[in-house]
Amino acid sequence: MNITLQVWRQESADRPGRFVTYQVTDIEPDMSFLEMLDVLNERLIAQGEEPIAFDHDCREGICGSCGVMIDGLPHGPQLGTATCQLHMRKFRDGDTIVVEPWRAAAFPVIKDLVVDRSAFDKIIEAGGYISVDTGSAPDANLIPVPKEVADTAFDAAACIGCGACVAACPNGAANLFTAAKVAHLNLLPQGQAERWRRTEAMVETMEQYFGSCTNHGECEKACPKGISIDFIAMMNRDYAKAKVKNRRLLSQSN
Amino acid sequence: MTYTISSRQLDSKIPGGPLEDKWENHKFSIRLVNPNNKRKFKIIVVGTGLAGASAAATLGELGYNVEVFTFHDSPRRAHSIAAQGGINAAKNYHNDGDSVFRLFYDTIKGGDYRSREANVYRLADVSLNIIDQCTAQGVPFAREYGGYLDNRSFGGAQVSRTFYARGQTGQQLLLGAYQALLRQVAAGTVKLHRRTEMLDLVVKDGRAVGIVTRDLISGEIRSHSAHAVVLATGGYANVFFLSTNAMASNVTAAWRAHRRGAAFANPCFTQIHPTCIPQSDEFQSKLTLMSESLRNDGRIWVPKRADDNRPPDQIPEEDRDYYLERMYPAFGNLVPRDVASRAAKRMVDAGKGVGPLKNGVYLDFSHAIERLGIDVIADRYGNLFEMYERITDENPYKVPMRIYPAPHYTMGGLWVDYNLMTTIPGLYALGEANFSDHGANRLGASALMQGLADGYFILPYTIGDYLADFLGDPVVPTDDPAFREVEDEVRGRISGYLNTGGTRSVDWFHRELGKILWDHCGMSRNEEGLKKALAEIPALYEEFKRDVRVLGTNESLNQSLEKAGRVDDFFELAQLMCLDALHREESAGGHFREEYQTEEGEALRRDDLFAYVAAWEWTGNPQAPALIKEPLEFEYVTPSTRSYK
Ligand SMILES: Cc1cc2nc3c(=O)[nH]c(=O)nc-3n(C[C@H](O)[C@H](O)[C@H](O)COP(=O)(O)OP(=O)(O)OC[C@H]3O[C@@H](n4cnc5c(N)ncnc54)[C@H](O)[C@@H]3O)c2cc1C
Ligand code: FES
Repeated sequence: MNITLQVWRQESADRPGRFVTYQVTDIEPDMSFLEMLDVLNERLIAQGEEPIAFDHDCREGICGSCGVMIDGLPHGPQLGTATCQLHMRKFRDGDTIVVEPWRAAAFPVIKDLVVDRSAFDKIIEAGGYISVDTGSAPDANLIPVPKEVADTAFDAAACIGCGACVAACPNGAANLFTAAKVAHLNLLPQGQAERWRRTEAMVETMEQYFGSCTNHGECEKACPKGISIDFIAMMNRDYAKAKVKNRRLLSQSN
Repeated sequence: MTYTISSRQLDSKIPGGPLEDKWENHKFSIRLVNPNNKRKFKIIVVGTGLAGASAAATLGELGYNVEVFTFHDSPRRAHSIAAQGGINAAKNYHNDGDSVFRLFYDTIKGGDYRSREANVYRLADVSLNIIDQCTAQGVPFAREYGGYLDNRSFGGAQVSRTFYARGQTGQQLLLGAYQALLRQVAAGTVKLHRRTEMLDLVVKDGRAVGIVTRDLISGEIRSHSAHAVVLATGGYANVFFLSTNAMASNVTAAWRAHRRGAAFANPCFTQIHPTCIPQSDEFQSKLTLMSESLRNDGRIWVPKRADDNRPPDQIPEEDRDYYLERMYPAFGNLVPRDVASRAAKRMVDAGKGVGPLKNGVYLDFSHAIERLGIDVIADRYGNLFEMYERITDENPYKVPMRIYPAPHYTMGGLWVDYNLMTTIPGLYALGEANFSDHGANRLGASALMQGLADGYFILPYTIGDYLADFLGDPVVPTDDPAFREVEDEVRGRISGYLNTGGTRSVDWFHRELGKILWDHCGMSRNEEGLKKALAEIPALYEEFKRDVRVLGTNESLNQSLEKAGRVDDFFELAQLMCLDALHREESAGGHFREEYQTEEGEALRRDDLFAYVAAWEWTGNPQAPALIKEPLEFEYVTPSTRSYK
């Protein structure tokens, strides 16, 4: 396969960026998208040109490091697939492909396709955990968790923190990311003690860094793990409740 | 071979008393740091995988003043995130005869009697606490309908003791540890340094006193000092270039510590995982693991006849060889990894390989689907099947998967004593970075267990015993000459790569190094091949030093520069691996020396000569290290020939 790539090149955060066009010839359809970039980089190095910087690590769609806009879509055209799992067989010989970094105010560009996503960690710091010091846990089977609850909590916990949801959102909102963690912990019996505190703190921290959600729903489509937008509704409900719930009654069911 | 025997002795500090009391006795007898004094101690933790994140979080909870470093953009990205299959614990929730002793026994045996009994027993013992802790953190382990925790059996075990979270157990455990870590960051007990790579260790008066790092965005070289340094920097399987490890996994932190005096143990004990997707072309950047749990329901086979080119569904039962079931009737498809891997190699070498490049064997689910129905199989392995299909464009519900072994895990690593301290006082190593517990072969689902055992439950106790001596002592200031010298060396190394001005990329060298190592120090090894590798690697290394091309500058994000340093260290490590493999004239676990095999082609251990840990000291010449032997004694388990028949 031969393709034309238009890649965003930017030296550093404080320098302007621009698109650069590369002809990438003799690509195998079985290569992954990132392997195609590796090949291009090898060729650039051979020509004395600095290779394109992009984040990646596991190349199995689980670490959340990778992620670029491919023809305007976060992680490219294949649904439920991170950039590292996308293969060139999804493109056609002769295609022109536009590759850009995530575009979001909260994710400044560091270099080329690499952005700074540390604002996500801030949201987790605000309350994305269950406070249990090492050593203080009771036997794991003491608190049964119905399978359906565990499965739904897992569905939310599957988030890889790549930032595609933010990149897809016209407002640069991080509601899907935040909701996934809030739902994971708020659904579980172990997460009840901090439920209202957590929801308030995480939502408010999210709002400090990210835009507001206006229910476009682009995030769900962009998510490589298929995290459901229903979790956002769940988070909103818990946030509204958090504002009125009496913390002293937390151990009573509803 | 030019190694020397070191005059040094190793003290593994194994406590006295009966096996099951050693850890309790030890915890009682070692010194503690009073809660109010903990904040006066500064501890550096390098790495935020399961081992590093759990250690840093726990040390922070205890009140220590912790600084944690990762080269990733977030602690959550560590390679641990990719672990699929599960984590072992001797809970015996399924009443199938499991116990701490059985897990201990299985681990010692699985490791082919090349690990310490006391360490392994402790590991099995604290496995119980790990599951409790992680469940309390909200790790969504699989549950049964009654709401209780589900288990499955995993390669090499005859009991169901593996806890799992679909095929993403590592992810969920790491997120639990990451969340606990960020809770401490918010509490101010832990300071987090992202995109910061440790490039060297600083030793003063024989003690570890800090590290030198490079800020991967600005290029700034900086010193950090502390009362103790903990390395939890993962394994070195990427020395093979193609492996199942994440692309950035590397040996630099451990290797630099080695060069500063930390002994490196059993480097040739590397694990080749039997179930990976075979390589498809030259450009392949990494190999993808298909969880071993697949072997619970999948059946492995090849055509009986070499060069049988029929598609799998046209090969009738009588023309198939379910070779593991045939050769190992008791364990069948669940034999330990090293045994399964070598058997696959034998089939492919005999021309029975399948797939376009004839470099794989089949892993077939059709019988399981018939027996259990497609829904059960989808529930158990759905995400793995999807992953497979995405990569190969083949649907494993319909066509058998193709698998082949690939480098996966490294049992070798920095030598540590029972307290997890290396041979440099004040320097600790946890998780895959150390050599302890797995001997010559690791059992499935035991790395996650070990990383979390080290980080949550072992180091936080044992480190106090060392620190207690330094109460009131300030840390060594970073303008001390000890730091300045190391900083200068690091700067010199970096400008060296940038100024070489050669013609070949770092990846090119890495790939070539990987080929040599895979051919001669991979799944099976022999004297001639190892000697060849020991001649070829230095030649390639010289070329690397002369001809590597690293473009760009130090002062901005420069991924080629990062890789150059990592590959540089892989070159030295690779030589030690070959030397260790050459010196170990026996077969044990993942180390298979062709000269030492039984008539049936199984590994032949030589306990009379090699029942020891080979700990290597740096002498300045990577081809002439000094060997220290730590004898292994077995009081509770009698070494026998592993038999999985
Ligand atoms: C695909 C795959 C599947 C696996 N599945 C299982 C399984 O099912 N069960 C099981 O028990 N085991 C499994 N393993 C093995 C297991 O995942 C690893 O052994 C384990 O996670 C290692 O954890 P760790 O904390 O020691 O290191 P890692 O998770 O590798 O973390 C290393 C950390 O160190 C940091 N680091 C390294 N060097 C430096 C440096 N110089 N400066 C700064 N930071 C540095 C990295 O940023 C990272 O944070 C699997 C492994 C692979 C490859
Ligand atoms: S590289 Fe890890 S998710 Fe893509």
